Amino acid sequence: MAGDKKKIKLIADHISFEYDKSGANRHKALDDVSFVVNEGEFVGLIGHTGSGKSTLMQQLNALLKPDKGTIYYDGLDIYEKGYDRKELRRRVGLVFQYPEHQLFEDTVFNEVCFGPKNFGMDKKQSELSAYAAIKKVGLPDECFYHSPFDLSGGQKRRVAIASVLAVKPEILIMDEPTAGLDPKGREELMEMILSLKESEGLSIVLVSHSMEDVAKLADRIVVMDKGHIVYDDEPKKVFAHYKELEEMGLAAPEMMYVMQELKAAGFNVRTDVTDIEEAKEEILRIVT
Amino acid sequence: MLRDITLGQYYQTESKLHELDPRTKLVGTFVYLISLFVFTNAYVYIFAASFLLLCVLISHIPPTYMIKGMKPIIFLLVFTMVLNMLVTPGEVILTLWKLTITKEGVKQALYMGARLTLLVMGSNMMTLTTTPTRLTNGLERLMAPLKLIKVPVHEIAMMMSIALRFIPILMDETDRIMKAQLARGADFESGNLIKKAKSLVPVLVPLFISAFRRANDLAMAMEARCYHGGKGRTQMKPLKYRPRDFVAYLILILYLAGIILIGRYL
Ligand SMILES: Nc1ncnc2c1ncn2[C@@H]1O[C@H](COP(=O)(O)OP(=O)(O)OP(=O)(O)O)[C@@H](O)[C@H]1O
Ligand SMILES: [Mg+2]
Repeated sequence: MAGDKKKIKLIADHISFEYDKSGANRHKALDDVSFVVNEGEFVGLIGHTGSGKSTLMQQLNALLKPDKGTIYYDGLDIYEKGYDRKELRRRVGLVFQYPEHQLFEDTVFNEVCFGPKNFGMDKKQSELSAYAAIKKVGLPDECFYHSPFDLSGGQKRRVAIASVLAVKPEILIMDEPTAGLDPKGREELMEMILSLKESEGLSIVLVSHSMEDVAKLADRIVVMDKGHIVYDDEPKKVFAHYKELEEMGLAAPEMMYVMQELKAAGFNVRTDVTDIEEAKEEILRIVT
Repeated sequence: MLRDITLGQYYQTESKLHELDPRTKLVGTFVYLISLFVFTNAYVYIFAASFLLLCVLISHIPPTYMIKGMKPIIFLLVFTMVLNMLVTPGEVILTLWKLTITKEGVKQALYMGARLTLLVMGSNMMTLTTTPTRLTNGLERLMAPLKLIKVPVHEIAMMMSIALRFIPILMDETDRIMKAQLARGADFESGNLIKKAKSLVPVLVPLFISAFRRANDLAMAMEARCYHGGKGRTQMKPLKYRPRDFVAYLILILYLAGIILIGRYL
């Protein structure tokens, strides 16, 4: 991916933000953060708990207003007078952490229609778009008229994701979509996300605690620590700083450690390997 | 959004007032509130205000923070004052169209304003310097005699502390749910009253579900730790009066004496 020119969709320009501006223990949740999302790009955002990931995500669709700095979307300053921030929220779809906790409608279908209706699509359009979205997240047909509360945790989460997809966003931001799912659920969800990127040309920002997931999927990885962006680069280059990542309470993908050990034991292997397939090839290469 | 409410929140810092036994502070606040109602006299209010100011200084709470805590009642305050100004009969000093403002009305309004302000600030003083746990603990101990007439004192205190504990959690939750629905295009501001009320459904339903879920979890956790009500329950840090509490009571008595003297003879 590196090298080819991409159109910039969204720019966060020197953003600072503080939640509690008067309280006893003030601290900046974001401190002079700059960040870009290109068209059709898959960005992975990692960082220790409390590093400001969710806060940053909420800045991107104007749910929180930065104290300093601003956001540009398609070249326009979103805090300019007269800018339609509701439309911005349609274009920048945000799936919150534990999104299944926002469900409220009586049926799955109505739940997914909620977004499109709010953004002014007519009934027919909303329903078509909801139908397509439910299909995309891979929910079975018989769910359509079930209550969302009767579904399993993983299915609820798909409903919540579908309800954001249904508004046809241009950037999809997901805050730890796989948290609390079983391995199979995670796998399926990650595949679904990847297929979204490939079939829709959507830009995706994925906040995750799983290094393997971001390493495998992301074109670019952004690392946050204590309200700052520390690294913003291709996965392999970011994970080359695995020592620094560890100091921040993060880690590199497991396979990198395996390769490090092998190298230390005298095998001449590459150490910038991030997933198990690559590791297999690399090991096979040296043993044969 | 909802976090700006300082009313009734604990302010973490170190001071003589923070260290006092919650019972002392409860009794003190109670006496203080009563003292505001016994006399209607400018000197009494000045004296009471100075006493409160002294407490603020001792408590190390920034005065601006105290003033910010008044925000939620500003409307009530202004409303009461204006109403008092307009309806009290007496010597007319100003007539606007059909409304008349009387001298007695202005006086009454000022008294009411002072009383309300001191009332809220006085009780804020207590909640700002006492953690909710200690507060309910103190309340439980103060109400202990009521057990004799079969009032479920422990249960009431437990309910209060759980409620207090849950307020900030539910506020956070509301904030989060509102944001999540905003992200899906919900609109809480525009439209008439009915439309606005309707727009709250997507917030209230998830909020109630989450409240019930939390209540259920908590009940389960209490059960798992063999909680079975107040009987035979001991405390890790039982409340105990210390010398500073006696000093505080002494100051309180002096204050009360001051109020009575001023109210009677000035
Ligand atoms: N609603 C809020 N009010 C006040 N402070 C908050 C709020 N939300 C987050 N914070 C604070 O802002 C900082 C950044 O929090 P944020 O939720 O963005 O972290 P995060 O990187 O998303 O963490 P996690 O991985 O746990 O989700 C933290 O110190 C947190 O305590
Ligand atoms: Mg988060």
